[in-house]
Formats: sequence, structure tokens, C-alpha cells
Amino acid sequence: MARTVWDSSVGKKTVMAVSGLIMLSYLVVHMMGNLKIFFGAGEFNEYAHWLRTVGEPFMHYEWTLWLVRIVLVVAVVAHGVSAYQLSRRDIKARPSKYVHKKPRASYATRTMRWGGIILALFIVWHILDLTTGTVHSGGFQEGRPYQNVVDTFSTWYGNVIYIVAVLAVGMHIRHGFWSAAQTLGAGSRTRDRALKTVANVLALLLTCGFLAVPVGVMTGVVS
Amino acid sequence: MKLTLRVWRQKNADADGAMSTYEVDGISSDMSFLEMLDTLNEELILRGEDPVAFDHDCREGICGACSLVINGDAHGPERTTTCQLHMRSFKDGDTIDIEPWRASAFPVIKDLVVDRSAFDRIIQAGGYITAPTGAAPEAHATPVPKPDADFAFEHAECIGCGACVAACPNGAAMLFTSAKINHLNVLPQGAPERETRVLDMVAQMDDEGFGGCTLTGECATACPKGIPLVSITSMNKEWLRATRKVKR
Repeated sequence: MARTVWDSSVGKKTVMAVSGLIMLSYLVVHMMGNLKIFFGAGEFNEYAHWLRTVGEPFMHYEWTLWLVRIVLVVAVVAHGVSAYQLSRRDIKARPSKYVHKKPRASYATRTMRWGGIILALFIVWHILDLTTGTVHSGGFQEGRPYQNVVDTFSTWYGNVIYIVAVLAVGMHIRHGFWSAAQTLGAGSRTRDRALKTVANVLALLLTCGFLAVPVGVMTGVVS
Repeated sequence: MKLTLRVWRQKNADADGAMSTYEVDGISSDMSFLEMLDTLNEELILRGEDPVAFDHDCREGICGACSLVINGDAHGPERTTTCQLHMRSFKDGDTIDIEPWRASAFPVIKDLVVDRSAFDRIIQAGGYITAPTGAAPEAHATPVPKPDADFAFEHAECIGCGACVAACPNGAAMLFTSAKINHLNVLPQGAPERETRVLDMVAQMDDEGFGGCTLTGECATACPKGIPLVSITSMNKEWLRATRKVKR
């Protein structure tokens, strides 16, 4: 019985784990970059420009950025498609519910699917808002990300959408990081507590780090 | 004790089922849960009604035949099999919901009895070793390190009752399959089929229509034998190793 990784439920989980970890490592870097906003418009805009010139002169202008974008798109699609297919299988495997229902599992565990959908929608909004500027409020300015960020977080909906998404990402990482470790066979009895702690710390750091920017704009620290 | 039972009744695999309510009286707290159901069935037979069909065999907690979801918990409120659950875990006047295992890979045959032959087919796919026939070899002929023996024994405790599948929100059989794979894969006797075992058993598990693991941990909580959740991690590790090693 020949099986490819993609045909197996365990294989698809592996794809989810690897693509999830790729996105997670990107988020850590993204969050750290965001925090440069607290050092003023000059440094933040300069950092944003540097992202386009990384790797020069070996790489051409924006090549590295596009490479990262391609890897991310592949990761997002792989993660989403395997999540969709695995969820379909799971729902089919348990068609009838129990009459006597009990609250099960933690909130983070139960909300992985809806959290994922929220995050997928947010990614689309986020790119249209701060990369292409299509849905940006008040005149998107290419190459002036500091002003664009301030504009976004000066609208109530900009804040609400962002904060909901950041809370969702925190929850998703809390269960997702630990689960990825189990899927990749890295978990063990002795390592379990450490892995759960790392998952919680990562989730907390990313949530706080990302929330710092809208909070900074709302309180006037960033303006 | 006087109890109200709400029991899933279903004539056969194709019929629609529903919860039926029964009153039982004179239940002793020393009775096992199955003896309580026996009492109900005696009354039903005397009244000329169809008795409630449920699986049971050894009634010693070692065969894995009994299979009831009691008040939403596989095997009920204690960490044991339904046959070893006693009525002292309930109070006089309680209402108890009794349902069959729920999973598309475990279709209901009648009332509380489900078809668990999917588990047999997973075992047939690789849950065995190539052993020489004839007289049993000397016990010390194949040395087994103590930690490996303990690990194998912990997983060998699985009685294949299916509580893990019943408890899993995805109807997944990962805990069962992992227990069977880990039990043999860690031992020298299981080494010749180490890779094919995990690949074939996981493939069969998928073919039977079981769901996938989302690490909710419900299976390990429900398991009457205490197979730990980390068994699934060990199986994943074996699967990844086998996928790398075996080219087919």
C-alpha cells in the first residue's frame, strides 16, 4: 500500500505543523519589527525600507522580501488546505453527537478552527490595509509606514479588527505550538511541561507585542 | 436506589434511534453498572418488551467488550471499564443517560452495541510479529532493556474497548493505534516489521474512516487503562521515521 505524506492523516498533520512553525517564526520577527515604531517615524520608516534592500548587492531590490512572501503564501495555503481537509475528515468521522453533552477541552483547543478562519480573513484585510493600501483609511502613503499605521489605529474598526485577530493568534499559538511538537514527535513525558510553557510564553509575548502598537497609538505614545 | 435511565434504543443498523426513559428500583450501591442494566432487562423481559442490547463479556475489566457512554463519559464517571463501575458512583434519584459509542467507523448494530471490527482490521494490518513457531524460546534469549519492557507493557495494557474513539470529538482512533504500534515497535521481537507496521496500521486507520488527532486529550482522559496522550506523539515519531526510511 503505497502512501504519500499528503494521503495520510498523520502526514497532513505534519504539513500543518511545519507550515505553522514557519508562520510562527515569521510572526516573531514581524512583532519585533513592529516594536521599532516606538523609536519614532525615522527609524521605523528606515527599517521598512531596509526590508526591501536586505541581501543587496547579492539580491536585487525587494528580492528577499518577495522570497519571504512566497514562502509565507505557500505556508498559509498548505496550512489552510490541510486544515480544511482534516476538518472535513474529522466531522465525517463523528456524524452524530451525544445527547448528554459535556464541556470539553480548553477554550484555545476548541476554537482552533474558527480562530484559523478569523486569522485567514484578517490576513487578507491586513494586506489590503497596510501593504497595498486598498482599504486604508485616509490616504495610504507608499514608503511612509509610520503614518499609515497611525492612520489605521486612529479608526475604531481598525483597532477592533486588529485586536480580535491578535487575541485569536495568541489562542491559536497556545494550542498550535504544543500540538505541532506532538505531531513532529518532539514531545515526551519529561518535556511536556517545558513545551506547554514555551507555547504559553510565545502566545503571551506575541499577543502583548502586537497589541502594543494599537495601544501605543490610542494612548498617544505613537502619533 | 431508585433511578431514571434514559437509554438509546435502536432496532437495527438502518433504523432511526431515540432515547427511551425507564425507571428502575431496588438498585444496590454494590451492584456493577452492568448488573443494574441486567435488572432493567429482567423487568423488560417480564413485561414482554425487548431487552436493551449492550456488549459485555468478562466483567472483570480486562476484555474490552463493554462500551457505554454514561452521562457523556465513555465508561462513566470513574477511570475504569463500565463493568467495573459500581452504582455507588451514583445517588438515589439520579437520572442517567446511556448512549452507544459514537463514530462513523463504529456503526450502531442495535441499541448500545456498536460494530468495532474496524479495530480488528487495524490489528490485521500490522499489529503482530513474525514469530518462529514451535516451543517457546528461553525467556532470556532476547534481552529487553527494562525501560523498553515497561514502555511496551504500558501500551500492551490497551484492551481495545474503543473508549478513546468514543471520547474523541473527531472520532479518531489514534490512541488505540498508537498503543498497539508502540507496544510492538519498542521490542526486539517487533523490530523486523517496525516500519511497515506503523505505515500500514495508520493507513488502515485512515481507510476505516476514523478522524484525525487535534490533541484535545479527551481519549487519554477516557481510557480505562491510562494509555497516555504522549503515545500518539511516539506513534507520529515512528511514522515520520518510517516514512523517511521506507521507499515504496
